[in-house]
This record gives sequence, C-alpha cells and structure tokens, in this order.
Amino acid sequence: MSNETQSHSLQNSPQTNSPQTLYDKLWQQHLISEEDDGTALIYIDRQLLHEVTSPQAFEGLRLAQRQPHRVSANLAVPDHNVPTKDLELGITDPVSRLQVETLEANCRDFGITEFGLGDKRQGIVHVMGPEQGATLPGMTIVCGDSHTATHGAFGAMSFGIGTSEVEHVLATQCLRQKKMKNMLVRVDGHLNPGVTAKDLVLAIIADIGTAGGTGYAVEFAGEAIEALSMEGRMTVCNMAIEAGARVGVIGVDDKTLEYVKGRPLAPKGELWDQAVSAWRELVSDDGARFDKVVLLDATTIEPQVSWGTSPEMVIPVKQSVPDPQKESDSVKQQGMDRALEYMGLTAKQSLADIPLNKVFIGSCTNSRIEDLRVAADVVKGKQVASSIELAIVVPGSGLVKEQAEKEGLDKIFTDAGFEWRQPGCSMCLAMNADRLAPGDHCASTSNRNFEGRQGQGGRTHLVSPPMAAAAAIAGHFVDVREWLVAAEEVA
Amino acid sequence: MEAFKEFCAKAAPLDRANVDTDAIIPKQFLKSIRRSGFGPYLFDEWRYLDQGEPEMDCSQRPLNSDFVLNQDRYQNAQVLLARQNFGCGSSREHAPWALADYGFKTIIAPSYADIFFNNCFKNGILPIVLDEETVDQLFKACVENTGFEVTVLLSEQQLKFSHPLANGQTTLAFDVEPGRKHCLLEGLDDIGLTLQQADKIKQFEAKHREQAPWVFATIAK
Repeated sequence: MSNETQSHSLQNSPQTNSPQTLYDKLWQQHLISEEDDGTALIYIDRQLLHEVTSPQAFEGLRLAQRQPHRVSANLAVPDHNVPTKDLELGITDPVSRLQVETLEANCRDFGITEFGLGDKRQGIVHVMGPEQGATLPGMTIVCGDSHTATHGAFGAMSFGIGTSEVEHVLATQCLRQKKMKNMLVRVDGHLNPGVTAKDLVLAIIADIGTAGGTGYAVEFAGEAIEALSMEGRMTVCNMAIEAGARVGVIGVDDKTLEYVKGRPLAPKGELWDQAVSAWRELVSDDGARFDKVVLLDATTIEPQVSWGTSPEMVIPVKQSVPDPQKESDSVKQQGMDRALEYMGLTAKQSLADIPLNKVFIGSCTNSRIEDLRVAADVVKGKQVASSIELAIVVPGSGLVKEQAEKEGLDKIFTDAGFEWRQPGCSMCLAMNADRLAPGDHCASTSNRNFEGRQGQGGRTHLVSPPMAAAAAIAGHFVDVREWLVAAEEVA
Repeated sequence: MEAFKEFCAKAAPLDRANVDTDAIIPKQFLKSIRRSGFGPYLFDEWRYLDQGEPEMDCSQRPLNSDFVLNQDRYQNAQVLLARQNFGCGSSREHAPWALADYGFKTIIAPSYADIFFNNCFKNGILPIVLDEETVDQLFKACVENTGFEVTVLLSEQQLKFSHPLANGQTTLAFDVEPGRKHCLLEGLDDIGLTLQQADKIKQFEAKHREQAPWVFATIAK
C-alpha cells in the first residue's frame, strides 16, 4: 500500500535559509542551548499534569526544596483513576482516592490550577487541553503520558515524558533532549464514507509497524489529513506513539485557527492577530527534506480491527485473522503465535466470528463530541445485542458530556442499552473499576491492545467509534460501511 | 541517584519482542504515590498465576513456573536480555522503577522505545543497544550455559561474558552517549545540571515572552 523513500538528513542547519520542516521550526524556536554531543536544552511552554505520574515529581521538588519555575505554565486534572459512575459516593478505592487527593494537595501547595472532580472542565488531560486553549499552535507541550502527541494536531511540539522529567520541567521549565529525525507520512486522496481518522491511523501503524516511528518526529500531511476535522487530526496524532513516535505533528491551517479561536486560554483582540501571523508560519516549507517519507493512498483504506496484542496487529474488517505460518521473521512469528493464544483466536478465522461481549466508546483517542455523534448515528433507534454484557460510552470531558446531552446523544445511547458515564480514562487502561474480566472480548475505541491493558486476561479489539457502535448492535464485528449504504437506501 | 559501578551478575533472557510497559508493571500498581516498592510486581501478569493488587504480599502468591524470572537458574539476575522495541507503550516511569527495584541494572536489547530508554538513564539503569544477531547469540549463550554471567564496565564501555558466544567472543564493546554515561557514572541529577544554565533560561524566557506573549497567559482557577 505504501512506499518509502530515504533521503539525507539536513544535519540540523537552522541558521541557513534552507527549507525547514515544521518540527525543525518548533525545535529551533524553543532551543536554549546545545552541547557538542547534540544534547540540547529546550524551553517548555506548557505542562499538563495528572494524578498518576506527578506525585513522585512533587515529592522530588519538596525534597530538594525547589519551587515551580513558572507556576502558570502548569495545568492539572485527575483522569486516569476517576470513577465514571456513582460519583456521589466519591472514590471508593482508597488507593485511588489517595492519589487523586495527593494531586489536589500538591496543586494547592504549589499554586497550580487544577480542574478537580465535579468541575465540568475536568476530563481526560488530552481532551481538556485543546478544549481550554491550553494547547496552542507553536507551543512545546509535555505531560507524563505517552499520548501527549495528541496536541501535535495544532502544530505544537508535544510529547510524553517520565516522572523524572515532569519534575525537571516543574523545576526548570526546560528539558534536556536530543533532536529527533524527521519523518513525513503523506496520505493522498480522500477517505471513503464510513472510514474515519481512527482507521487511517491504524492503517498507518499497520504499515510502518509499532516501532517504525522510533526516533522520529512524524508529520502527517496530504489531502486526507487536510480534510480531517481538528478532532480527527487529534485522533491521528494521539496514536503516533503506537507507531513508536513520541511526536506527531500537523501543519497549521484555517481549521486549526477556527478551532482555537475563542477558547478560554486563546489570545484575544490584537494579540490574536499577532499570534495568527506567527502561527501561519507553522507548516513545513516547500522543499523541506525528511529523513524518511511514507506514502499512503487514503482511498484504499478500509475500516480496521485489531486482532492481536500490539497496535500493528490490525487488519481491514473484511480480512481474516492472519496465519503466523506465512510470516518469515521468526521473532515476529513467535509474537503472532503468542498473540493468537492470548486472544483465543485461530489463524484464518473470520473477524465476524469473534465472540464479543463488551464495548467501550471513549479514551483520549476517541471520546470527543464528533466521535460520540458518529457512534450515536449508528446506534439510533437500534438495540445493543443480547450477547453484549456491557456497552459503555465515556465522554472525554465534562464539557463534551454537556454538549452531547444538549444534542440528546445520551438518550440515543441509553435507549439503545448503552451506559452513559462520567468523563475519565476509564476502560482504556482500567485503573478505575471499569475493566474487562479474563476472556472478555471488547470492541474498543481506545489506543492499546496490549495483554491485560483493559483488565487482566481481557482481549481488546481496537476500532473506530462507528465500528464499535455497529459491533454493539450486531453483537459481532460488521463492516459499518454496509450499514451506511443500507441507511441511505432507506432514506 | 546512585553512581553506576562496575558489576558482574547473572543474565536472564526474556524472549519476547515488543514488551510494553503495561506488561513490565501493570496499571493497578501505578496508584502508588511512592517511587519504591514496585519490584515484587515486576511483570506481574506473567510472573504470578493470580491477579495482583497493590500492597499484596507476593511471597504467598502462586508463581507461574514457566516464566523465566521464576526459574532457579536466573535468580538474582541483574542483566536482562530482551528483544526489539523493549519498553514500548505508556510513558510510566514505574517501569524502570520496578526493574531497578527488582535488581536489574542493565538491559541488553536490539532496540527500545524512546521514552522508556530515556527513563532508564534517570534511574541508574543502563540500556545497552546491540545488533539483533549479537543479541541472539547472547540469548543462546545464556540459555545454553547455566550461570551465564555478564560483567558490565561502563567506563570502558565493555561487556565481558563468563562463557564465550557462538562466534568465540568473550568481550564486546557497546555505545553510550557521552553525556548520559557521565551522569550515570557520577550519579548526577539532571535538574542540577540544567540549573547551571539558569541565566540562559531566564534570557530565553524574556525574549520568548516578547515574541509569543500568549504562551504566558494565566490560567483562571
């Protein structure tokens, strides 16, 4: 489907007038100093904090008697551990409660703004940031979470970091980094109806592999990317890490500006105009050279379903489960055998025969209003199949939830037999009570199908929101495009 | 951070590609607000037959005897042999915390995920990259020779093996970035190093504030 070309690196020559990639520009605009071995000090504009990866960083600050370098650069929200139902009971798990309370106490002690439980701005950190305008084009954005690349959809350089680095950013507002190489993933042509940004990014991961982007900042471009809404672009950048890339970026265009305008933290008045003229430059220059280029044809991409335990183990819905015997690489073959065993599947089995019993619509990949709208469109007037024991919809934030309720989407879901939950990370990583039981097969709009990710022994199948919705109704995987055609004929 | 010293220890072969950080330390243990105590839960879902929960007494739990770290011959291993793309997925630093707490000081693999690789250095773990063929030979030597030991000499950037590899080699050189090597050997704290450039940071910040004032907007509570 794709072809790759290799070209020579630019050798980081920002001082010359040679054409630059978007990543080159963002890097150069935040570069403070650089050592001989290429280790650089870069300035961080925004740090997003959540309860899981920050407590040890705050503890480190206290032990060293340090204060945050710039308090207002930080914005915190609990998301990983929060319950998605019976909120009036509070957090009943004492260990989770302590972690959420620790974030609250740390933010209070250091003067950092936190959107706590009950605040309608609370939600998944990567949904909240763009919603609030805390994510702006041209920024460097970090968070102790690997899905931070999401914010790259705004022409920002954003990436996940570990807790030591969270502490480093709190204390210094900088990070010691080496510049990554540039990769361009260009997707020409348009996606067909029923094929979403999720299918597009899963197809990219299947193509370049789960480590294909390691060491690279990946820019997504081409007609298909330009045609995506900002929310679709966030879905694509969100999963860059699933191809190994810490950074995923998309150039700024009218859609970017339109989305940002009027957000609480977006500049206003004259400052807006000044910002816009700077942000317009946030695209790769014509002739900018990439270390690696991957080309895909959007028109050939079909709805995707993951069959295995790595995001690269994904196939178009019409294909059958692959046969490890046909894999020539022995390490890969072993991985496929192990994945089939864990997933309880056999080679060459049809995806439609997988005995689904759970459905999850949510996560930082697919819990925004457009995701909920397309899923509700599929569900409307239908009933969740009796074989599906649990189907939940978890909006990405309190604001997404509010908007969905205004549009009556909650009613469509609950009438069909879905549970309508409170915002949070929920069953994407199952740190709260929302988790799979051993042997469960779940159609999930999340981002990782690792062993045990959604609960020990649970089996995850990554899909788009309309594919998950259709699977909930049918009780098994179906090609949602056929449903759309049928709906059109009825109309 | 403690300084990284020369050591000689047993190696354990973890023969799987794409080992993710969810497998290294499952999510339920991430609820801890501490930095220590993760070792007993390292590879929890592979190591034990029951479902692990935080603060469980692991000495009473049923072990999966098939899992490599449960085999007698690999007890007290401090070098982990791994396959490609080790540490992929989540950015959780709990993964290197768990590996270090268990006792691993060095990992040898053909490749690592970026965030995990970086996190290792912050916690005194040396992740060594060797080509796939060499790693394969190490796996073979480790499996074929009970008690196979590796000496890790970071200052010389050299590995020594208790038994020769299939190609007869008993020593191997490895690469490590000079800056990272220095920090490991000295046990240096990155923050301290960065703060030496406090003036440059302030200068940059002042200029940046002028050029992109919207970055510095204050967030309403």
